[in-house]
Amino acid sequence: MSTPRLVEVRQNVLKQNDLLARSLRKRFADSGVLVVSFVSTPGAGKTALLERTLSSLRETGLQVAALVGDLATDNDADRLARSKVPVRQITTGTVCHLDATMVEKALGDWNLEALDILFIENVGNMVCPSSYDLGENLRIVLLSTTEGEDKPLKYPTIFNTSDVAVITKMDLASVVDFDLEAARTNIQHVRPGMKTLEVSVKTGAGITDYLDLIVSHVNQKVSI
Amino acid sequence: MHELSIAMSMVEMATEECRRLGGERVNSLHLKLGLLSGVVKDALLFSYEIACEGTPLQGSSLLIEDVPVKVFCPRCASEKTLDSIQLFACPACGELTPEVIEGRELLVVAMEIEEKQQVAEAMS
Repeated sequence: MSTPRLVEVRQNVLKQNDLLARSLRKRFADSGVLVVSFVSTPGAGKTALLERTLSSLRETGLQVAALVGDLATDNDADRLARSKVPVRQITTGTVCHLDATMVEKALGDWNLEALDILFIENVGNMVCPSSYDLGENLRIVLLSTTEGEDKPLKYPTIFNTSDVAVITKMDLASVVDFDLEAARTNIQHVRPGMKTLEVSVKTGAGITDYLDLIVSHVNQKVSI
Repeated sequence: MHELSIAMSMVEMATEECRRLGGERVNSLHLKLGLLSGVVKDALLFSYEIACEGTPLQGSSLLIEDVPVKVFCPRCASEKTLDSIQLFACPACGELTPEVIEGRELLVVAMEIEEKQQVAEAMS
């Protein structure tokens, strides 16, 4: 009687997603569009920051659009549509993250060549989105002052897989005794060298630097 | 929790591979799981059992090898294993370094399969 055999496989479980993300990244590059995604906890201010981002960039003459992931509602898309830029909703149902398939499906036959920047707002979740490449060029992780400065240590993976950290709700920092230096140190501990910015959508503080950073990436793309 | 969808992809992949190799049943799946994969081990083990139901993997075991995070320390000019993913610093000299060499794996490395004949023998 022969014994069961052990066979070597070596297959990346997320291979399908990674392959699709790679082809999306190529499609984005071919279309000359910069793709920026936002990840954070629910309530960190992704939609508020995105609303501000879309309307400010639109005023500068850039062609911007957004894909918005949400579990069940289309409230976010309704809010963002007020910025008068094209917005598409991805309702994920019970799924706690976006993946490359959802992005591809939502894009459909959207004319990406007409765009300068496409924003993707992930579902509010600090764990699951970290495993899925969406083909984006820049992943921004948001951390709000009301969540506390130790969030990076609690969710090191999402910070480690992101490119830029934006600390939001800076207008509330003193109210909640937010320790900015500790937050910056924690971010550097889980993602050394990470660019970190502080903003308040409410007062407008830091927004110019933040927008400049995004626009600088558009210019980098153009110069490549 | 995205571990269920990950478990389902694993089962789907293993089922296909098992059929391709002429197997009837999968006894075990060997997985390398990086600490930076974003996947929670316990949640994956729990989801795996559910995902295996009604497939050639039903009753199989998932054997997970944890892969610690290995970084490149520019000051020591060598690879180092992190003590904790809360601090990306060289354990020898303390230099902060973002350069991850290992630790993002979510990789099925091997599986144990049984062929038709073996299953029939085992059942008789």
